[in-house]
Amino acid sequence: MKKLEASGLTTEEIIQAYRTILLGRRLDERLWQLTRIGKTSFNISGQGHEVGQVAMAMAFQPEKDYFLPYYRDMSACLVWGMTPKDILLGSLGKEDDPSSHGRQMPNHYGSKEHNIVSHSSTVSTQFPLATGVAYGAQLKKADYVTLTATGEGAANQGEVQEAMNFAGVKKLPMVFVIENNGYAISVGVDEQYANEKMSDRGPAYGFPGIQVNGNDFAETYLAFKKAADNARSGKGPTLIELMVTRLTSHSADDDHSIYRTKEDLAGLREKDGLTLFEKQLIEEGYLSQEELKAIDSDLRKEIDQATEAAERMPDPTADSILDQVYAD
Amino acid sequence: MTMAMMTYLEAIKKGIEEEMARDERVVIFGEDVGGVKGGVFGVTKGLAEKFGEERCFNTPLTEGQIGGLAVGLGLVGYRPIGEFQFADYILPAVNQLISEASRMRYRTKGDWTAPVVYRAPYGGGVRGGLYHSQSTEKVLFGQPGLRIVTPSSPHDAKGLIKAAIRCDDPVLFYEHKRLYRLLKEDVPEEDYTVPLDKANVVREGEDLTVIAYGMVLNHALKAAETLSEEGIEAEIVDVRSLYPLDKETLVKAAKKTGKVLLVTEDNLEGSIMSEISAVIAEEALFDLDAPIRRLAGPDSPSMPYAIALERAFLVDEDKVRTAMRELAEF
Ligand SMILES: Cc1ncc(C[n+]2csc(CCOP(=O)(O)OP(=O)(O)O)c2C)c(N)n1
Ligand SMILES: [Mg+2]
Repeated sequence: MKKLEASGLTTEEIIQAYRTILLGRRLDERLWQLTRIGKTSFNISGQGHEVGQVAMAMAFQPEKDYFLPYYRDMSACLVWGMTPKDILLGSLGKEDDPSSHGRQMPNHYGSKEHNIVSHSSTVSTQFPLATGVAYGAQLKKADYVTLTATGEGAANQGEVQEAMNFAGVKKLPMVFVIENNGYAISVGVDEQYANEKMSDRGPAYGFPGIQVNGNDFAETYLAFKKAADNARSGKGPTLIELMVTRLTSHSADDDHSIYRTKEDLAGLREKDGLTLFEKQLIEEGYLSQEELKAIDSDLRKEIDQATEAAERMPDPTADSILDQVYAD
Repeated sequence: MTMAMMTYLEAIKKGIEEEMARDERVVIFGEDVGGVKGGVFGVTKGLAEKFGEERCFNTPLTEGQIGGLAVGLGLVGYRPIGEFQFADYILPAVNQLISEASRMRYRTKGDWTAPVVYRAPYGGGVRGGLYHSQSTEKVLFGQPGLRIVTPSSPHDAKGLIKAAIRCDDPVLFYEHKRLYRLLKEDVPEEDYTVPLDKANVVREGEDLTVIAYGMVLNHALKAAETLSEEGIEAEIVDVRSLYPLDKETLVKAAKKTGKVLLVTEDNLEGSIMSEISAVIAEEALFDLDAPIRRLAGPDSPSMPYAIALERAFLVDEDKVRTAMRELAEF
């Protein structure tokens, strides 16, 4: 693993990164609690993806860059500007949920205000859309970059190939990320694709493809920084395969203990990016154990407050069922 | 009002050209759409030269991509027109049209929208066999959020495409391949639009009501002229807005004569006429003097190639005339 300072980020930025990584973890834990007690109906989490996602998102300029995420991207959305309350409003299906105003299932992140485009549940349909957003930058001669994400199973969809092919042809200012956690629900990578690496598909479409360790904060940040800089300066797209770990079952409706081996399950703790990042922060002198604890208790309070605030918000009313089917 | 003689194809092209000139946000793309070719039927010929290769361009041969590219451009303020080379090849893009275009507004309660147009040449009678003859509009029919329209005259072709481009909803614009060069009429040179949500009574009559669109609507209009000599006067309605349907106009026309003939060149079962028939049955039953009749293609999967087979599939003018006469005499 690279030293954190190799990222070129300031101490404050690295500490901010940690706050967001931990916020992503604690907020997801809250969503699981709410699901277990029946206040929300579902959760699908990014536990094990947080370090990679935060390092990735910090390489962009959320005030102008567009993000077309997939359902595990909560931590990246937090970097892009969404708040814990925004996320909770979505899971609780509230009217003010910025992702869908209570219309989509939990974890379908989006926010017009933050340049985060709404996504469907049909995996990878966001890929062709992202090329349209990126082609818009070329037409407007604007210097925003478009990032879109999916999982390694969903990356086999035809529309992903169509979109990457087009991005290569037009040298679009965009970055594709495949978050590879080794599983598509219960199906492992051996049954999913035969390339050695998913990132090999970048060169197949005429642009770079690189694989990075999503637990290595500096390596991930630098890879995305380069990809974003290349996109912004007219050098075209990049595909990044972000190697991450799925620490939980696929979703609240799944039990991974029936298809993951005992060794795989037992090894998950060692692969937890959060723990590894905390170790790095201490060893490299950024924060002490006490400071980590203090941040944690701040975040827990913040999440409690956000939960209370979100729960008090109104639900959509039945008479709005036909609102915004068509314009007018 | 100054008029110009135009074919159905020229009218569509003129409408697009006028909108591209008036609004920089309009861009058009698809397979063979850019460059000097300008589409396999020539609808976009000259547009790349006039408006530049950035606004009128070729895409790779990937329909899902055409579908999603349009939505993405719509998200950031453009008015994209994606062309599907044949309506048959909309099928690889159905996911983008249904999962993305038709649901974007609803699933964000209007925060994000997809103001896009998809053009698709459809229809048979061109010796196109199974995959260049189909009427695939029923596949996308009944997807709230999406509009489907089709013009049946050069006048409507120009006005409808302009309205579709200006509309904030995703609009699927079906163009009948046989009508491209068959129909020619005076079309206003001025700027005008035709509403996307209104059916059109194209002929008035008292004896029976024919509801149709596209090629078979033109058959009905011709048949009505000869039947008039026999003393049968048909009311003829162009559905025009295939989805959502203009139920009011359709039901009113059904009630007026009490005898309804629904004509489509698509298969009989599960066509748009099946829904229109249900609407009329629900809302006009006590004004009807005869059972609702449907005239349509046979339930073979698609239109076959050989001459005898294609003719057997096609609803032609004679078949329409016979059905009209039979119903009038009921
Ligand atoms: C088109 C489509 N097919 C199937 C599903 C059901 N489904 C949801 S997530 C998923 C697995 C996705 O795995 P992967 O892409 O690796 O992403 P991960 O969940 O591992 O992050 C499946 C099969 C779906 N949502 N969409
Ligand atoms: Mg996976």
